[in-house]
Amino acid sequence: MRFHRRLAGALALGLVALTGCAKGGAAGSPPGTVTYWLWDSNQLPAYQACARDFEKRNPGLHVEITQLGWDDYWTKLTASFIAGTQPDVFTDHVEKFGQFADLKVLEPLDELPLTKGISDSSYQPGLGSHWIGQDGHRYGSPKDWDTVALFYNKKMTDAAGISAQEMDNLAWNPQDGGTFEKAIAHLTVDDKGRRGDQPGFDKNHVKVYGLASGGAGDADGQTQWSAFTGSADWTYTDRKLWGTRYNYDSKTFQSAISWYFGLAKKGYLAPFTDYNSQSSQANVQVAAGKAATAFDGAWMISTYHSFNSMDIGTALTPVGPTGKRATMMNGLADSITKHAHNLVGAEKWVDYLASDACQETVGSYAVVFPATPAGTRAAVAAYRKKGIDVTAFTEPVADKKDFTTFTYPITNYAADVYALMHPAMQNIYANSASVSGLDRTNSQINLLLSH
Amino acid sequence: MTVASSSTPRSTPPVAIAAPKAQRRTGTRVGDGRGDGALAAVFVAPAMTGFLVFLLWPTLRGVYLSFTKFNLLTPAKWTGFDNYIRMVNDPIFWDSLRVTVEYVVINIGVQTVVALLIAVLLQRLTQSVWLRSLVLTPYLVSNVVTGIVWLWVLDTQSGIGNEILGALGLGHIPFFNDQHWAIPTIALVNVWRNVGYTALLLFAGLQAIPGDVYEAGRVDGASEWRMFWRISLPLLRPVLAVVLIMTIIGSFQVFDTVAVTTFGGPADASNVLQYYIYGSAFGRFQFGYASAMSVALLVVLSAITVIQYRLTRAGETDLG
Repeated sequence: MRFHRRLAGALALGLVALTGCAKGGAAGSPPGTVTYWLWDSNQLPAYQACARDFEKRNPGLHVEITQLGWDDYWTKLTASFIAGTQPDVFTDHVEKFGQFADLKVLEPLDELPLTKGISDSSYQPGLGSHWIGQDGHRYGSPKDWDTVALFYNKKMTDAAGISAQEMDNLAWNPQDGGTFEKAIAHLTVDDKGRRGDQPGFDKNHVKVYGLASGGAGDADGQTQWSAFTGSADWTYTDRKLWGTRYNYDSKTFQSAISWYFGLAKKGYLAPFTDYNSQSSQANVQVAAGKAATAFDGAWMISTYHSFNSMDIGTALTPVGPTGKRATMMNGLADSITKHAHNLVGAEKWVDYLASDACQETVGSYAVVFPATPAGTRAAVAAYRKKGIDVTAFTEPVADKKDFTTFTYPITNYAADVYALMHPAMQNIYANSASVSGLDRTNSQINLLLSH
Repeated sequence: MTVASSSTPRSTPPVAIAAPKAQRRTGTRVGDGRGDGALAAVFVAPAMTGFLVFLLWPTLRGVYLSFTKFNLLTPAKWTGFDNYIRMVNDPIFWDSLRVTVEYVVINIGVQTVVALLIAVLLQRLTQSVWLRSLVLTPYLVSNVVTGIVWLWVLDTQSGIGNEILGALGLGHIPFFNDQHWAIPTIALVNVWRNVGYTALLLFAGLQAIPGDVYEAGRVDGASEWRMFWRISLPLLRPVLAVVLIMTIIGSFQVFDTVAVTTFGGPADASNVLQYYIYGSAFGRFQFGYASAMSVALLVVLSAITVIQYRLTRAGETDLG
């Protein structure tokens, strides 16, 4: 009998321990805690500063921030929804939110008392509308924005005799690549010191590539080819938001892609084999002196300017066949999870994140452009204070005459689109497959979307 | 040539069964049979709980889900054989299976030969425990760390491995980024990690071969080479067969190294089945389809194991 009682006791203890495990994460946080997830480690100090101010303003509330790398972030988030340990608030991406909204794991912010007043007009133009789902509800409170520009090693451009003004006025076309191709050819140097546009250039033994590899670009090509396809009058889908068919079968798109990856065959663009998202991203290639230029997003400004003893310049994206320059303008937002463990606290935190107080604080860290005009001004001032000129990123937003800005493709089945386009684009870049193969991929994607 | 006799697995069970019976009869330790059963239940409970909760139930649930459309967060919808029909017509599935088999062939082929060589060297040449421990060291490193370390070492542009190749005039090799190199590279990285463990298992098998067999061989004038082929390898067969079954099953489940190095690329060149299943489930929320592919993998592995077990006569020994 005593044995059975002991056994029962041990089992009970075990069950309690298991229950403790299950209650970990957000569910196990002390009362008053608001859990918040983000992926960019550069932004962590800025949001920690916001959290401190928020806690002062809201006694009894505590913000617990978790930072996870991009590759782990979405998997862990998905797992957390299943396990019931989801954060109360998380940094969301336009590519992902549609699927989460479909899965009913996000709170419609327009139905919550503290966030229903979010207005598109409070943010940089275009940012707010990206977060409206197909059901008409808002699922994200805009927090920042970014554009793409051309980072370059000034020492290398100086040695090549290309001025900052010339870098800012490059133009491209899919036939001969224009002045952009001429510039990166001239910036390419082989192991014998011959430049890419000089006789005898050996494309198989390149010491410095004119343009770093950012990979194949998957379905969006944000920091790879989107500046070119965007300035060639091509759009991802038939509609700006929630498109019903993709346009990867367009001859305009395919000729731009063919020309862009053709640069690798000429030896000017680093080959696919030199790229690795873990160990050898475009910024690493520039930092290592293996590439003279790289297209990259505004979120990377502080990274490029942290390279030891390397003077980095930034140029506007090149003028395309349309006569205009183009860049993707993307933005992140904060979403509140359905069944958030502290819904009221989550609302207050999102409301605070969208306020000028937090946006200016984030801006002052010079790591990203906050979504509100006041936050953006604070960021520009902070970058200026550090001696960093960010005009190449802000001008596309301000100058609608010479620039086209476009958003990330927002459609249903985004994960499936990625799964189909990821190998297809790699096949073109890495294996020199014909761009006409995209016709079939596009048909598969559009078939999915038609369901 | 005579060999020392040893109990075959077939002769072992009666002995194992006889002992508890004798204990129950005496009743000296745990009293009557009822007390014995309760104690047995206590000892079996943790393993049984683990088996039921973490193995049997997920397997049954997985088989059920393979007949549904399920996105994990909303209720599953019964779709009959739709997922299996889709799988049969999915070229990416077949390509993943081909890539996986390619990986297994390289991984197991190289690993088994090298492990056998190490095991024989450990048995015949050295008694050093330190050296035996050293062989096991890579196995103590996690798969993810192993993958990342080798990714850095073999980085095309700045990896030290490629720098050395460059200095030797061999040029840089895109180990992880080329469609022809990706799978062999991943397979060999995992050989590096697992070969010590496999060698240790084989070494244990070699240790079980009675010394007088080798002594008899030496008296007959057999060389080390001849003794390996005529004594070590035949008598090691049951252990080798079990090791092969275990390592092949493990090899078919390759995931971590792919997930941290190539992400299935370039252009699906290293999109092994487990990675495709993972992507379908956690990337695309197609848990029903992912479950169907998992069931297919289970069937393939079961078939391979049964065939292998029979062909290699893993349950029998030539000793005795």
